[in-house]
Amino acid sequence: MSDSMDQRSGGPGKGGRGAKRDDKGQGGRRGGFRRRRVCKFCVEHIDHISYKDVRLLAGFVPERGKIQPRRISGTCATHQRKLQTAIKRARQLALIPYLTD
Amino acid sequence: MSAHRQYELVYLLPAESSDQEVADLQAQVEGIVSRFKGTIDKTENWGRRRLAYEIGPHKEAVYVLHAITGPGELVKELDRRLKVSDAVVRHLVVRVDEENEVLERRRAERKAHIAQRRVARGLPPEPEEPAAPRADDQHEQAEV
Repeated sequence: MSDSMDQRSGGPGKGGRGAKRDDKGQGGRRGGFRRRRVCKFCVEHIDHISYKDVRLLAGFVPERGKIQPRRISGTCATHQRKLQTAIKRARQLALIPYLTD
Repeated sequence: MSAHRQYELVYLLPAESSDQEVADLQAQVEGIVSRFKGTIDKTENWGRRRLAYEIGPHKEAVYVLHAITGPGELVKELDRRLKVSDAVVRHLVVRVDEENEVLERRRAERKAHIAQRRVARGLPPEPEEPAAPRADDQHEQAEV
């Protein structure tokens, strides 16, 4: 499919389309490279996010103590939700701070 | 008779409390559980841990976890008693049976999937040697 597109790219009116597709392939970056974000829990097949697993949760709670947003960590929506409850439970038990200054 | 469900109870005792006090409270919990015809499936003592933030005068606490099966009224009573108790710094009860079910199902699915793929490749369904521990297992160990 893509081969035929490339061959045709020299033809009239079709060249622009091919070029556009190439741009998209680079991820529409603005100022600096962005690494492809993948959901850690999907990749490592972690089915259950437990509030007891402090070491795992700590990776998603940066210095300040806030929960890392999805756009940074790349976690998928399902797992971010699970992560959120886990972190909040862990906070209740003082396993993870609510905030740190 | 209401349905029995699985719960996890974690409570924090002051770091100064002696083993005797910890045992006393565990006995109390057991008493309540048995009164409501529930069972304690597992008890874990995490020992003394640093708190992530100070709770009143406490900077450290002894963590104890119980896995409990019982009716909802049991949890209600446990919650009430632990709230009132002076010996408990903090506690948390979480229902876990639904999560466990999902987890079981996922594991079974994954296992079936692996077996299916192995068969498709002309191999026996189960690997002969135990494979490297899966991410899940490591995760479980890390919890303690």
